[in-house]
Amino acid sequence: MGAISESPLPFIFQDRIIDTAAFTQQLINGVSLGCLYGLIAIGYTMVYGILRLINFAHGDVMMVGCYFAFYGMLLFTLPWWASFLVAILLTALLGVLIDRGAYRPVRNAPRISALITAIGVSFLLENLGLVLFGGRPKAFYRPEIFSGIHTFGEVRVLDLHVWTALLTLLIFTFIYQIIYKTRIGRAMRCIAHDMETTRLMGVDLNRIIAFTFAIGSAAAAAGGIMWAMRYPQINPLMGILPGLKAFVAAVLGGIGNVSGAMLGGLLLGLIEILLVAARPDLAGYRDALAFGILILILLFRPTGLMGERLPE
Amino acid sequence: MSLNVSIHADPFRRRNRFLTFVSTGLLFFLLYIAHTFGTEYEIRILINCAIFITMAVSYNLINGVTGQFSLAPNAFAAIGAYTSALLTMSPMEKQLSFIIEPVVWPLSVIHTPFLVSLVIAGMVAAFMGFLMGFPVFRVRGDYLAIVTLGFGEVVRVVANNTQSITNGPLGLKGIVHHTNIAWSWGFAMVTIFFITRLIKSSYGLALKAIRYDESAAEAVGIDTFRHKMFAFILSAFFGGIGGGLLAHLITTISPNLFTFFLTFNLLIIIVLGGLGSTTGSVISAIVVTIGSELLRFFEEPLFIGGLHIPGIPGMRMVIFSLLLVLMMIFARQGLMGTREFSWNRVIDRMTAFKRHWENRK
Repeated sequence: MGAISESPLPFIFQDRIIDTAAFTQQLINGVSLGCLYGLIAIGYTMVYGILRLINFAHGDVMMVGCYFAFYGMLLFTLPWWASFLVAILLTALLGVLIDRGAYRPVRNAPRISALITAIGVSFLLENLGLVLFGGRPKAFYRPEIFSGIHTFGEVRVLDLHVWTALLTLLIFTFIYQIIYKTRIGRAMRCIAHDMETTRLMGVDLNRIIAFTFAIGSAAAAAGGIMWAMRYPQINPLMGILPGLKAFVAAVLGGIGNVSGAMLGGLLLGLIEILLVAARPDLAGYRDALAFGILILILLFRPTGLMGERLPE
Repeated sequence: MSLNVSIHADPFRRRNRFLTFVSTGLLFFLLYIAHTFGTEYEIRILINCAIFITMAVSYNLINGVTGQFSLAPNAFAAIGAYTSALLTMSPMEKQLSFIIEPVVWPLSVIHTPFLVSLVIAGMVAAFMGFLMGFPVFRVRGDYLAIVTLGFGEVVRVVANNTQSITNGPLGLKGIVHHTNIAWSWGFAMVTIFFITRLIKSSYGLALKAIRYDESAAEAVGIDTFRHKMFAFILSAFFGGIGGGLLAHLITTISPNLFTFFLTFNLLIIIVLGGLGSTTGSVISAIVVTIGSELLRFFEEPLFIGGLHIPGIPGMRMVIFSLLLVLMMIFARQGLMGTREFSWNRVIDRMTAFKRHWENRK
């Protein structure tokens, strides 16, 4: 991408000229990365919206989802699509089990206790991963259908990028419909608004919360599998950074708001990729960028871009 | 829930002071014996205990006593470790270590004694705490947790990238081995002394009020921001010193030493001890440090009656994280709750026991 062509529209970032082709290329990379952040952020935002709990373990749930898919193909020799589907379902189940085993018992405890529990669950998953799957990264199989590369002029588009965008749109629409068009979705929004009153109206809170965890974890697994195909390898600590960044995306978009999470994810992905493209010398600071953004949002617009609720 | 604090003069103050003095002397005598007769391994564990006491007691001040759930002790430990290491390394050594980019000017010539570097390390960490405090205390609760976690991560990323100051991912090697039992336990004692005195003062009362109900504390006229900031800075100071001691014990540091992993260890310690109890943090720092050495056997291959069980590396952390979750579900108070050690209680118990014993006869 280094060559500077005779482009009619030079984009100038800090005395470095990036031509339109390179810019488009980075835009595509940024959007597809942002889709993944968005998918993971959905789980954070739904759980936070309902329980006011930062589900620290969310990134690690995503990691376990990747391993499910990996072993589904390797040990049970399932075709890739079946393996991915089974992995997503199993991850949804894992999310429900974590809620049942760890979060439900501390639901009436002080919020900090719930947060410590979440940190504990996160570490438990990471270290169980290290013990069970081994610390060495494993190569993740990228099916044929996602491997093609199309070249438009100087812009190279990986099939995976196209699929990522399409699947993200599909999953997002599906979740959006559930939340805004179904009875269970209405119950979720009610709990987010006022948990006690919702309980008095005869809604089974535990069932709705479990369902929320299932949906969020499934979305994380889908995002995780696409993440694994993007950098085709997985390791037990892979969930930490995407998890944290997705949380930042959720706050950026306005926590508790699913569309906001998606928007925040896309923005974060774009900012990250464009910063690295514009200032390669700052590439090492890439992982600190998300937190810089987080601090700025909390200082200047704590409700996020689309949120209405003030954080405490 | 009572605040359990009395600012009235304790009638037994002189006796208690005397007891504290004697038992501290006794402790140092025992440590001296350990220093003389202990193996290198045992001494190292003792030093580790002291370093973790320093870090846990200071971490507990902000997390437990003040109730501000910070996740940044790794940042302060990193700052303290790097500052003190850069100050004690001789200019020659620094020149040899920094092979990619030479070290920046003032650092390339400065060379200070161990104690001075530790104090400066604490001060640099405290200053960073001061700077962080402004954005951090704009938010509360779990947002505060995630912002401080972010700072911890940022410090690590910066350490990885500022080649000419920290030597980047290569880290610093050949730091002089200064930390011995005297230094580590000495600083642990100083930390405990300062922080317990602070907690017993009116400042401590204000900090506890903030933990119980921040809005109410504000309503009775406590400047919550200043108090929180004060606790955070002091916690950073001692955390930085703890980091400096750690650096001069293991003699090789790199940014990867100060990940969230370190925070997690400290969190386990203060939660197990009881959030808010300095006594609990001290006991639990010792229990966790020694416990994690004892649990080492889980990770080594075992032979039980000819049966070979392969070692499972990483099992210790599985146990610790499980412990954390189970504690939150079943024993949220930890070992000590928010209670503190007091001679009065010990002596009351002893006299009660004695009376009980005499009555039986």
